Amino acid sequence: MISEKNTQNNPFVPEPARIVRAYHLTQDVKFFQVRLVDMERALGFRYRPGQFAMVSVLGAGEAPFSISSPPSRPGLLEFCIRRVGTVTNALFRLKENSLIGLRGPYGNGFPVEAMQGKDIIIVVGGLGAAPLRSVLLYCLDNRDLFGRISVLYGAKRPAEMIFREEYFDLKKRGDLECHLAVDADDTGQWPENIGVVTTLFPKLKEVNAVNTYALVCGPPVMYKYVIRELIKLNIPKHQILMTLERRMKCGVGKCGHCAIDYIYTCLDGPVFTYWDVLHMRELI
Amino acid sequence: MRILKLKSQNLYPFLAALANGAELWAPVKKQNKTAFLPLAAEEITTIDLEATRTLLPPKKLFLPPSFHMFQVTAEGYKEDLSWVKERLLFGIHPCDIHGLLTLDRIFTQNFPDSYYLQARQKTIILGLSCWPDEYCLCQSTHTDIIEEGYDLFFTKLEDEYLVWIGSSRGDDLVRMKPGFFEENLNEADIQKYIEWREKRAQAFQRRINYVFMPDLMELKYRDSLWEKAAAACLACGSCSMVCPTCNCYNVRDEILLAGKPGRRVREWDSCTLPEYSQVAGGENFREKKSARLKLWYTHKLQAFGSKYGKPSCVGCGRCLVTCPVGINVYSIASALEGKSTDAFWSRLHSEVKP
Repeated sequence: MISEKNTQNNPFVPEPARIVRAYHLTQDVKFFQVRLVDMERALGFRYRPGQFAMVSVLGAGEAPFSISSPPSRPGLLEFCIRRVGTVTNALFRLKENSLIGLRGPYGNGFPVEAMQGKDIIIVVGGLGAAPLRSVLLYCLDNRDLFGRISVLYGAKRPAEMIFREEYFDLKKRGDLECHLAVDADDTGQWPENIGVVTTLFPKLKEVNAVNTYALVCGPPVMYKYVIRELIKLNIPKHQILMTLERRMKCGVGKCGHCAIDYIYTCLDGPVFTYWDVLHMRELI
Repeated sequence: MRILKLKSQNLYPFLAALANGAELWAPVKKQNKTAFLPLAAEEITTIDLEATRTLLPPKKLFLPPSFHMFQVTAEGYKEDLSWVKERLLFGIHPCDIHGLLTLDRIFTQNFPDSYYLQARQKTIILGLSCWPDEYCLCQSTHTDIIEEGYDLFFTKLEDEYLVWIGSSRGDDLVRMKPGFFEENLNEADIQKYIEWREKRAQAFQRRINYVFMPDLMELKYRDSLWEKAAAACLACGSCSMVCPTCNCYNVRDEILLAGKPGRRVREWDSCTLPEYSQVAGGENFREKKSARLKLWYTHKLQAFGSKYGKPSCVGCGRCLVTCPVGINVYSIASALEGKSTDAFWSRLHSEVKP
């Protein structure tokens, strides 16, 4: 009954948060470290890798951003944000220590419990590194919980590969495979592969398909080609996971914008399986 | 459930007594159209008791076309509930009550929407029986009768109303004027009601095969009917404005002027509008009109969000009387059922002058 429902919690109220650090990753992508002003809330903010938050810039509006930091490192929330619209332009103008609004976390996130004990292949295209960084760092912070970990990351040019140094460091670790590629090298000094991300697949050492989860995020055009490779490897459809972007105005299943057929990206996603894609048709 | 009897001449005095305590909204005729409007006690006799459907559904009382969610100041976001009032909504028909119950599925589950909830809780629902016209589809959508979702429901039988008490709050209202109501229905009253139900059931002129729709939507996902309809669709969003179960909205901030608080505004949106699925940066996940129409009809005829269950069309007929080019639940359902002919679509096109 409606009359018995509690109306005191307004799910749309942004909590005050402060920009702790902000710096450019590429010309149009900036990295933001954010902390909720209420210290207890900041430390108690529980989320799953792959979830997102709604970020408000006073007077400019609100937009959804995936959380790039892992829940295994509580206190600060990190976001990689490309300047593309009203909210992100306003966000780029804010100095460190500025106040913003934040609410969340929202969405399903990656099934990290089910992924335990399994091999993980992470396929990244461009800014897809933003949501996948959370799950990658989570797996590395809990390295013993997972099997083999492989990362395939493709960017357009060396300067557009975000967290480039983090990935070069990963290559030095002995406990994971990391293959990097750029579509074109305009520096003449790129030490890694040249080509689209799918050209990295032959570099993967033996794949135990039924025991593997593949995590994919990148520009819409990328999915078709990457999934083709994953299917060739015989990875089960329901173990191919992708995190998708949609327009969102609420994050909580009300505004309708992120609807795909009869599901909501903000509640049922943004992480979907390849089986969902075949089933829902409009996903990618 | 208690069912009482009220003499027709006592309806207005009863409503007038209620209107002293809260704002009374009811259907009123205005220039050939009927709309839910707030009424002063002395205006109660202007209520359009015979109205078939209002121009806009009653969702506007719970989700206003545009309202301020927050006042925005340098300190942050302050909730603004100034538009939420104690209200009585009289004259709402079964289809529209079903419409509210459908919206409840979205707005009161999974992060309940406090604006909608408060407006719903503060509004007393006084339903009223109706008689179908040529556009009503509520019999097909099984929403022609209502058994819940109201405080009181009035069924008109000749010179009296049978009054269903649907809530404790409704019971309190009746007790305010006990002299108006008769407790005991006699055999003749019951017989009159049975005959009224039978006659009304036979008065429907249009039918769609509603239970078949989810299957047909799936089977005809790539049917040419969608491109044909899209070619005619003006993408004007009128269907969403008049639909009792269209819930989509947009949110934007109004800029801070020097010294004055800004606001976060929430306003109706429609998935048929071109920029509905466009994200910053320009990617548009539903650039094609046909893709947007399919989403609209997925929600009306197939499923209304897996989390929110069955399809949402309540058969009110508003899209039938509103769409300027004749795309509506009836024409799409008929096309899905294979009943539409090429003549229908070519008529649709010839009537549209882009």
